[in-house]
Amino acid sequence: MLELTLGPVAFYWTRDRYADFYAQAGEWPIETVYLGETVCSRRRDMKLDDWRDIARSLTERGKRVVLSSQTLIESEADLRGLRKVCDNGDFMVEANDHSAVRLLADAGVPFVAGPAINLYNAAALGVMAKAGMQRWVMPVEMARDALANLLTARDAAGLDAPCEVFAYGHLPLAWSARCFTARRHGLPKDRCQFVCQQYPEGLPLCAQDAPDEVFTLNGIQTLSGACQDLRHEVPEMQRMGVAAARLSPRAEGMSEVVAAFDRARRGELAERDPLALTEVGCDGYWHGQAGMKRTALQATPT
Amino acid sequence: MELVCPAGNLPALKRAVDEGADAVYFGFQNATNARQFAGLNFTDHRAREGIAYAHARGRRVFCAINTYPQPEGWAQWTQAVDDAAALGVDALILADTGLLDYAATRYPDLPRHLSVQGSATSHEALRFYHDRFAIKRAVLPRVLSMTQVRDLARQSPVELEVFAFGSLCIMAEGRCYLSSYLTGESPNTRGVCSPASHVRWETTPEGLESRLGGVLIDRYAEGERAGYPTLCKGRFEVDGETYHAIEEPTSLNTLDLLPELHALGISAVKIEGRQRSPAYVATVAGIWRQALDRLEKAPERFHPEPAWQANLSELSEGATTTLGAYERRWK
Repeated sequence: MLELTLGPVAFYWTRDRYADFYAQAGEWPIETVYLGETVCSRRRDMKLDDWRDIARSLTERGKRVVLSSQTLIESEADLRGLRKVCDNGDFMVEANDHSAVRLLADAGVPFVAGPAINLYNAAALGVMAKAGMQRWVMPVEMARDALANLLTARDAAGLDAPCEVFAYGHLPLAWSARCFTARRHGLPKDRCQFVCQQYPEGLPLCAQDAPDEVFTLNGIQTLSGACQDLRHEVPEMQRMGVAAARLSPRAEGMSEVVAAFDRARRGELAERDPLALTEVGCDGYWHGQAGMKRTALQATPT
Repeated sequence: MELVCPAGNLPALKRAVDEGADAVYFGFQNATNARQFAGLNFTDHRAREGIAYAHARGRRVFCAINTYPQPEGWAQWTQAVDDAAALGVDALILADTGLLDYAATRYPDLPRHLSVQGSATSHEALRFYHDRFAIKRAVLPRVLSMTQVRDLARQSPVELEVFAFGSLCIMAEGRCYLSSYLTGESPNTRGVCSPASHVRWETTPEGLESRLGGVLIDRYAEGERAGYPTLCKGRFEVDGETYHAIEEPTSLNTLDLLPELHALGISAVKIEGRQRSPAYVATVAGIWRQALDRLEKAPERFHPEPAWQANLSELSEGATTTLGAYERRWK
C-alpha cells in the first residue's frame, strides 16, 4: 500500500504549536514523519535536541522519523547547523541541498533526497543512489507522464530508489537571500523580529485585481498560493509504483487531510462533490500544466 | 580576472570578442540551455563560425547546457553535450548531475563548469560536484553576501565565477519553480522564465496591464515606464498594501565590488544577457574590459568612472542598479 508521510513544517510555529501538532500526528495513519527547520536559520525556537525529543516520542508510537535539512545553505553557521543534523546518529536525514548530500555521502550515511535536489532523470538518480540515497522526493514541477517515464527508466537501470510524491499542501517553489515577510514589515532580514511567527500558514500575496492567493510568502521561501491536492490521483500513483505520498503540514485541518488520503489509498475515497468544487486544490503540475491550475474545474461545464 | 560575456547570436559573440571579452558563452537553439528565446542561440553551423572567430583571437568559448533533462529529453541533452564536444568548445556549463556524470565519463578532458543553475552555495556543495564530476569552475548563485563569498572563496576546491552585471535573479537559481507554477514552463525544464508566449498586455480603464498565465503581474498608470512582466518583479497586494513585494525591476551591477572580488581570488566575472542585443553586449563588454584593465594595473587605486556607471544604469532594467545580495542591506 502507498505509504503516507508528513513533510516538514514549512512555517515558523511556536514551540507549543509544534508540540500539539506532533502529539496529534502520533495518532494519525501515517508511516513516516519528516521533522526540522528547512527554511530559515534564524528560526531558533526549536533546537536540534527539541526535534530529537519529538522524534523519539513519534518513534515510540511506531512512526519512522527523518530529520530534514535546511534548503538554502549560505554561511559557515548554516554549515555548522547542517553538520549537527547530519551527525545526529539516530535518525535518517532528508538532504535538501548538495551540501547535505556531500556530508552524508562522505559519512556513509543513507539519506532521502528532498524535492529541491532536482532529480529529473535516471542518470541523476544513479548518481544519488551511488552517494547513498535511499529514497527521493520528485521535483514539485514534474508531471505525471514524465514521472512515469522516469520510474520506467529507473527500473530499467536496476536502481532501488523508491519515489515520494509531494501530494498535498502549499508547494515549495523558491528560496531567496531576501526575507519577504521582513520586507513586508519594513525590517532588515538580520533584525527581522521573527515576524514570520505571526503567520502560521504564511503571508498571502495576491494579484491587484483578484482575491485569490497567487503565492504564499514564508520568510525567504515562496510557496504556492493554492494548496496542491492530489488525493484523487492516489490510485494512479499506486498503479505507477510511487512508494509514498507526502502531505505538507498546514496550520489547520491536517487530521482530515490525512484521513482522506488514508481512505484514498484503501480505495474508499468518495467521488468529488460537484458542489464543493470551489474548495479543490490545484493539481496542474501533475497533469502537465501550470502548477496553479485546478483541472477539476476545467472539466466542469460553466 | 576573466571577463565572460553572453552570446545570444553570432553578431553578439563577435561584438563581445571585439570589445575585449576573455570568454563568451552560448547555447543551442532548444530547451537544453536556460535562455530559450525565439530567434536566439546557435545552430551547429553558426557555433562553428563563432568558435573559430573567438579562437583566432585567443578567446575562449563555453557552451551552456544548463537545464534539467527529463527522461523523454535525455537523448537531446546528451546530443547537445556530444555536439559541443565535437565543436571544440573550451568548457561545458552544466547543472544536472546526470548530465555532469555523462560529460565527465564521455569527455573527461573537456572542462566542466557548474552552472549557476546547479545552485551550489557552500564549499561542501562545491566539493560534492568537484569530487564526483571533477568540475573546474562553479558559477555562484546571486544569493550570497560578500562575507559569504569571502568564506566560500577561501575554502572552494574550484575556480569561482560570479555574476557582475545584468538581470538579477533574486531566488536561488535552479531551485525556483515560480515560472512553471504560473505557465507550466520553468528555467529548469524549458530554459525559460516568465515566457513571452504566456504574456498578455492589455489597456484597461485602470491602466496598462501585464499578465502572465492570466495572472495580473503589474498595472501602469499613464506615463509610467512599463517593464517586462518577470513574475518576481511585479506589484502585488500583500496584507492590504500594493508594492513590489518580491523585487523591484532593477539590474545587478557590481563594478564597485571589483577590487574586493579581485582580492578574494575570484577567477571570472560574468555578464548576464544572452537575450540582449549585440549593441548592448558590446557596450557592457567594453565598459567592463576598461574596468578590469584598470583594476589589473592598480587594484588598490581602482574607482569606477562615473561615466561607466551612468552608461550601465541606462542599459539596466528600470534604469536602476543594485548590489543585490552582495550587500547585506538588500536582504
